Parts: sequence; C-alpha cells; structure tokens
Amino acid sequence: MAEALLQARGIVKHYGHVEALRGADFDVFPGEIVALIGDNGAGKSTLVKILSGTEQADEGEIGLEGQTVQVSSPLEAQRLGIETVYQDLALAPDLDGAANLYFGREILRRGLLGRLGFLDDRAMHAGARKAFAELGVDLQNAQSPVANLSGGQRQSVAVARSVAWANKVIFLDEPTAALGVVQTARVLDVIRRIRDRGVPVVLVSHNMPQVLQVADRIEVLRLGRRVARFDAGGATIEQLVAAMTGGLDAQGPAAGPA
Amino acid sequence: MTEDQVQADVAAGTSAPQAPAEPSEGALWRRLLGTNTAWIFLVLILLVAFFSVLKPNNFPTEFNIRAIATNAAVLLIIAVGETFVIITGGIDLSVGYVLLFSGVTGAQAMNAFGNPTDRGWDLILLGLLVALASGLAWGTFNGVLVAKAKVPPLIVTLGTLGMAWGMAQILSNGQDLRYIPSELATVVGAGKFFAVPWLVIIAALVAATGAIVLRMTRFGRYTFGVGSNEEAARRAGINVDRHLIKVYALSGLLAGFGGFLALAYFTTTTISGHANDNLNAIAAVVIGGTSLTGGIGTVVGTTIGVFIPAILASGFIIIGLQSFWQNVAVGAVLIVAVFVDQLRRRSRER
Repeated sequence: MAEALLQARGIVKHYGHVEALRGADFDVFPGEIVALIGDNGAGKSTLVKILSGTEQADEGEIGLEGQTVQVSSPLEAQRLGIETVYQDLALAPDLDGAANLYFGREILRRGLLGRLGFLDDRAMHAGARKAFAELGVDLQNAQSPVANLSGGQRQSVAVARSVAWANKVIFLDEPTAALGVVQTARVLDVIRRIRDRGVPVVLVSHNMPQVLQVADRIEVLRLGRRVARFDAGGATIEQLVAAMTGGLDAQGPAAGPA
Repeated sequence: MTEDQVQADVAAGTSAPQAPAEPSEGALWRRLLGTNTAWIFLVLILLVAFFSVLKPNNFPTEFNIRAIATNAAVLLIIAVGETFVIITGGIDLSVGYVLLFSGVTGAQAMNAFGNPTDRGWDLILLGLLVALASGLAWGTFNGVLVAKAKVPPLIVTLGTLGMAWGMAQILSNGQDLRYIPSELATVVGAGKFFAVPWLVIIAALVAATGAIVLRMTRFGRYTFGVGSNEEAARRAGINVDRHLIKVYALSGLLAGFGGFLALAYFTTTTISGHANDNLNAIAAVVIGGTSLTGGIGTVVGTTIGVFIPAILASGFIIIGLQSFWQNVAVGAVLIVAVFVDQLRRRSRER
C-alpha cells in the first residue's frame, strides 16, 4: 500500500454548538481521483475548507507527503501545492481567460518595464493557450471576458487555473453541479486528464453515477466522520447510499486503495 | 425555436446554455453595442456638429476649442483618478473638495514667505508638493476607511467631502488667496507650447499615463480584478485592502494635482467655484463607459466623457442659454449612461 499523499486524521470542527466534523479522517493517494461523498450536512464542505486553508480545524492533524503541515490560509495551501476550485468558481468575470489563469501570479515583462509592473500579456496568453489545450479545453476566444463564456467554459477556466498551479492535490467542489450533460462530460474528461498528469484530484459530489463513473476510490462522510471507503470498481450506488445514510457503518467491502 | 423543439431539448438534457459563443452576427452586434465608448464618442461628435451648425462663427473656432480643452484639463485629471476608483467598484465623491483643499494649502504654502508674486520656481515646487501631499493624505484617509474600516465608499467620501470643504474654509477663513507666483500663472496657467496650452498638455500626459497603467500594468490588472470579484482577488492571494488604499490614494493625489493646476489657471483659490467638480468628474467617468458596479472601464472613455460637460457648457453659453442648463444636461446624460450600462450588464448575464 502506497503512502497517502495527503492525510487528515481526527479533524474536529465546531461552529458554535454545531459539530460539523467529529474526528474525520481522509486520505488522498498519488495519482488517483478520490470522491468525497456524503449527505447534506455530513461535513464535506467543511472538510474541504479545512484542507484548503479557508477554515481552521479545532483539533486534528493534516499530513502532506508524510510531514505534518499547518494549512493556515488559502495562500499557505497554494504554497503547499494544494489548489481548490469552489462551486462559485471565484473567477473575475470581467477579465479574460488568460488573466484569470494568472490572476495573482502575473508574468511581468523583463527588465525595467517589469520592475515598473508592466505585464507580459503575450507570455500569459501563450501559457494560457497551452494550459487550456493540455486539458482539452476549447476556448475560441481567450481574449473575451470570462463573463461571456458558457458555464462549462467558465468551469474549465477555473479548473485550468488550479491545474496550472497545483502540484500536489486539487479539490473540486461540485464541479458539475451547474452544468448540462455535454459540458459535464467535458469537465469529467478534464478531471481524468489531470489525474493522468499525476496530480490527484478530490471530487466532492452528490452525483452517485458520476462518482462511480470517474472516481478510482470513494470515501464516505456521515455526521462528521469517515464511515466507509470503497474502490469504485467494486461499489454500487446502493452501497454508497447505504453508507451515506447510515445503513452501513463498517468500512466498505474493498477498503483502502487498490 | 418552437415549443416542440424546446421540449425535445429539455428531454435530451441539452437545453442548458448553448455552447461556445461563436463569433456570429449576434455576437458582433452585441460587441458593437457593448462598447459604450463608441456610443459616447458618437454623442460627442453629434454635440460638436450641433453647436457648430448652430453657431458656425463662434463655436468651432480655434479660440473656443482651446478654451474648451483648457476648461476640461483639470477635470480630466481628477476624472482619471475617479476612473480607477469606480473600476474597483467604489466611488470617490470627495475629489472636488479635496481639489479645493489642496489648492488652498498649496496657495498658503506659497504665501508663507510673504507676497509670492515675484518668486520663482522653487516656491512653485513647494506649493506643488504641499498640494500633492494634501491630496494624497485625503485619498489615503479615504482608502483606509474603505478598505480597513469597511465603511461604504459612498459614505466615507461623502464624509471627507464635507470635511475637506470645511477644512479648506477654516484654513482660509473663507477668503480666497489671490497671490501666486506670476510664472505659475503665466506659464502653467495661461502659457502655451506651440499653440497648445500647457494645462492641456499636462492633462493629456496624465490621461495617457493613467491609460497605460490601467491597461498594461499589474496595478491596473488588480484594479479590474478587485472590482470584478473582490473575493476571487482575495483567494488569488492579492492584498485587496492595500490595493484599495492605493487606488483611493491615487485619486486623492490626482485631486491634489488638479487643485494646484486650478490655482495656476484661476490664479486664486476659487473657494466657491468647485461645487460641480464632483458631479462632472463622476459623470465623465460613467458617461465614458466605466461601470459603477466595477470591473469595466477605460481612461479613453473617461477622456471623451470629460468633453461632454465641457462642450455643453461652452455650447450653451454660445447659443445664449443660461450656463446652469449645463448641470441639468450633465445630470440627465449621467442617468442615461448608467441606464445603458444596466442594459448592457443584463444582456450579458444570459
């Protein structure tokens, strides 16, 4: 069994009197797509927020490549190589795809102009074209503000942005929730490509068929704890639903990674 | 699309947003409509044509064109700063009175050593620095309150509008200072370089620099980004608070510069003469296509926008209307410009 790349142990998070996470564990192994599923209120979003630095755990430990790390802010997470695509995408709609891809990490011109803060738009456009092409994202007009793109294209820009900067883990929070069938298929394809490039993907989703279709492994949260782990190959929707709703409290039939 | 087709699409699950926006006829049409700058330039041309046809011997003359450009120069400088502020999704109502305040402090600094009329460029430089520092201080104050204290910009700058106005009157006892170094008045205020007034050249340089900074630098990119989606900017690791402070400080600095140039132009502090500057500056920016909701705007548009009040003012006087009509017209154009912007936004959020 390979060592987990990202490992969360005993994560506890309170919001006032509400216990969102009660000692949750979570593992991400190299080169996999792992789905994080659970009913509403199971703690998925809270766990993702903690692992991506948006929120701090009250208790528990996070390990990255065997080292204990403090993910104290989203910036710190990014520095560690952990990128997150939130449901609301967090794009700047008035900027174009390339500007969004490099937002906060702009390439400056060389020399004096660069020191004055002049942008190297040509380099950024070239980098963006390459990044989009690698993910098979078809942006006819990379110069057009993101607001003018379709939902799927916007999603792709947000994913491409994460992929461009993540070298450890990417979290995708309900990446297809707002998309049509064709666009969903495209985004799932992009997710597989990311995995194939060696960066593991954590997919948070409600959509069981989709999870089974794309994930290599599935971890189930219920009431703030991990209650089951499945290999996607051996799991059925019935098993997943049973684990999510409490019909099954043991670990799944094929616990751990393949 | 017929109803049957819609149902068929829904059944097939493909009714969601039609994929890629191909450069179709519709897109081209929308893009032309989308460029407010083109529209407003057309309006400007029509205004010029209207007044030129009405008064061919008085309006389109070299003298009048120079007068319009000179009157617009100071306004353009504060409108450039206002453009940056409005692109961040904020507003700076205080520019007109920060301009006044800075003119007063600049004039007082130059009068601190006796009558400055015959003094030279060293004293002028001192006055300039004091005016710039005054503007910068008010702007930074605005920025800190907006970014750190999280008071809405409308309230912050409404408050500093009153404060700067009151302070200007306290400092000057409500009396205009009428003495400035004569070279400041004759060279900067009234001088020309190959028939082009220095004020116009200075304003053009400020506008060009503003346009370059906005379009080509990281500072400009962050200005658009913060206005477009502040949360996204924060998550991207941009220090949004610091950027907002810089943008308001820039607006104050340019208002301070404008105050010094107004002093050179009018050769007096004109304490009662800046009531319309706020309206005109904000109107110019918004007429020029900068969106009040942030994220969209150009300095070129603002430059065109500045000339609309200026041409209206000149035109109304020349055709014999009371100059007060200018305010009525500018106010109306402002509302129309925002209405068009709203339509544009709505058509985009398909």
